[in-house]
Amino acid sequence: MEKKKTYVEDIERTLYDIRNEDRSSYKVEQGLTEQIIRDIAAKKHDPQWMLDFRLGSLQEYYRQSLPEWGPDLSELNMDQIVTYVQPDAKMAGRWEDVPEDIKDTFDRLGIPEAEQTSLAGVGAQYDSEVVYHSIQEDLVKQGVIYTDMETALREHEAIVREHFMQLVPPKDHKFAALHGAVWSGGSFVYVPEGVKVEIPLQSYFRLNAAGAGQFEHTLIILEKNSSLHFIEGCSAPKYNVTNLHAGCVELFVGEGARLRYSTIENWSRNMMNLNTKRAIVEKNGIIEWVSGSFGSHVSMLYPCSVLHGENARCEFTGVTFASKGQNLDTGASVIHAAPYTSANISTRTISKSGGQATYRSAVKVTEKAHHAKCSVNCESLMLDDISRSDTLPAMDIQGDEADIGHEATIGRISDEAVFYLMSRGISEDEAKAMIVRGFVEPIAKELPLEYAVEMNNLVNIELEGAMG
Amino acid sequence: MSTNLLAIKNLHAIVAGSNAQENNSQQEVKEILHGIDLNIGQGEVHVILGPNGSGKSTLMNVIMGHPSYEVTEGSIELEGEDIKELPVYQRSRKGIFLSFQNPEEIPGITVENLLRTAKQAVTGKPVKLMKFRKELENTMTELQIDKSYGQRYVNVGFSGGEKKRNEILQLLMLQPKLALLDETDSGLDVDAVQIVSQGIQKFHNENNACLIITHNTRILEQLQVDKVHVLLQGKIVAEGGQELIDKINSQGFGFLQNEQE
Repeated sequence: MEKKKTYVEDIERTLYDIRNEDRSSYKVEQGLTEQIIRDIAAKKHDPQWMLDFRLGSLQEYYRQSLPEWGPDLSELNMDQIVTYVQPDAKMAGRWEDVPEDIKDTFDRLGIPEAEQTSLAGVGAQYDSEVVYHSIQEDLVKQGVIYTDMETALREHEAIVREHFMQLVPPKDHKFAALHGAVWSGGSFVYVPEGVKVEIPLQSYFRLNAAGAGQFEHTLIILEKNSSLHFIEGCSAPKYNVTNLHAGCVELFVGEGARLRYSTIENWSRNMMNLNTKRAIVEKNGIIEWVSGSFGSHVSMLYPCSVLHGENARCEFTGVTFASKGQNLDTGASVIHAAPYTSANISTRTISKSGGQATYRSAVKVTEKAHHAKCSVNCESLMLDDISRSDTLPAMDIQGDEADIGHEATIGRISDEAVFYLMSRGISEDEAKAMIVRGFVEPIAKELPLEYAVEMNNLVNIELEGAMG
Repeated sequence: MSTNLLAIKNLHAIVAGSNAQENNSQQEVKEILHGIDLNIGQGEVHVILGPNGSGKSTLMNVIMGHPSYEVTEGSIELEGEDIKELPVYQRSRKGIFLSFQNPEEIPGITVENLLRTAKQAVTGKPVKLMKFRKELENTMTELQIDKSYGQRYVNVGFSGGEKKRNEILQLLMLQPKLALLDETDSGLDVDAVQIVSQGIQKFHNENNACLIITHNTRILEQLQVDKVHVLLQGKIVAEGGQELIDKINSQGFGFLQNEQE
């Protein structure tokens, strides 16, 4: 039998790379100045404290330099990035009110179907503004707030002010500072004590205008003994100018509360995805992350869980797929800051066609956190000889009686497994695709159905024509 | 005389890449099969006996098209068509099935998913889900496989016996023309051998054929064996009927080795 190596041509991304006419009514000048920040704040009718926060963040942004570790970010030129783009669509409460071309884009991304399949609400962000938003009435009755960040800032100012960028302070790193200065759009969810939201809340993000960065802010607050599943998905059309995404996600999980935060990021291949996500979990609370990183040119994404209360738990499940021209540096970090906290990190990374995938994790156990338990399992699959996969786990253990385990494997598709499937009539391409899908299955089964289907499709698109 | 299903003529096979001219080294060409002739007719059951390392598994792998081996001479015909250049999956679609000695574990693919995909590939027709599920459940019951195994990953965490039963499950679901059974009974307890044996018996009819490698002739007790081939050092050194099995059972392969020398 002829043996061929795995290789890939440029991927057909037309489904995701739909480009609409630039319908922005307002664009700030290129480059980042204090005046731009003031313009943004004025346009958004920010309260004074938010303007001050933005200006403080800008100073922090000037002070900070680019990170000296991880992927090369030198091709990023902030002077060329239009930081704020606002489509002229107004907030719409009903799907029918959303402008046709925007709707068409969402249609192709399958959002209405997602809503039809009994999702509680949809807040879809088009460029920097949320253009469509709905929430089921019974949630409102239960006191659940699900809205865009701008509305939250107007209508729930005290809660926003108390939490906004407290978990991810602007001084954390240059892109957190940038985010603090120019943030726009995003979702706000507040779940009151004891309320269990039975159906997932879902929001989609998408970049449209050339050269536009996206700086959406997600703020989720779960009060004591409440629960929520929040799903966030991203897909962006492809442009020539380098695009930057520096979003920020802050998750506050109260005592005994349970939050599942699922996301598949499928940015176009010119995107620099420098996203910061962090959760703080109080006593007996649980944070569950399900995280898929597909597109983008460069990604640096390490969702962090601060286990702040006794017996707080973190479950992290992640998959990263790096192909030609991609350097995806992803992972997770956990800070055990209280006794009997536990964390379970399980990731799968795939690299092919020269793609570079790095798994980076940091586990810290503070002195206070005696009897902390943490298990890290990362598996990597390389589909050819020109791709790269690295595993960089860091551990800092100061608490007593900590139980910490790390397991890492890097492998290739087994020829024997391919032969086995082929001996059942399955073609070589399909056999390999099945094996890759099987490899990510532990992640896929954690995803809501339509996301699992989307991830399977992404894997298929990635593998199309890739196997000989 | 039954219709000829498989015809192997003067088959020579080497370990792939061991050809000195190709790899440009002084390395010895590792020929494993030195001219095998084998004819299997429709409705027949053939048995291959031979000590470890005599080339039995290699022969089956070569018929299936394993990339680790290279055919250097001879032909393999299925229903008159030379299949030795065909990729593995096409041989399967033409009706050859290999029950593996050590079935692969494939994480993330369920038994049901594998069978549905395989059935569709082999028949070339879309599988009707309800009908397929029913057939799968019935077959699993016959093989005393718990229904929950349909949702388990292929062979992952299966015991040796469960893996072998899973092979027979696939055999019964895919209904090939020619079943190559490579020590399907090895590592099984008495009851499991019985179940596997019944499975093979159920599969076998006048339109298909079995080629069986075994060290344990218990599996053959319920089958009408048409022909026995003894393989020694990559060659067929003796052929006969049921009586040859009895002779080897009582005397071992020793008498054949002596004849060789």
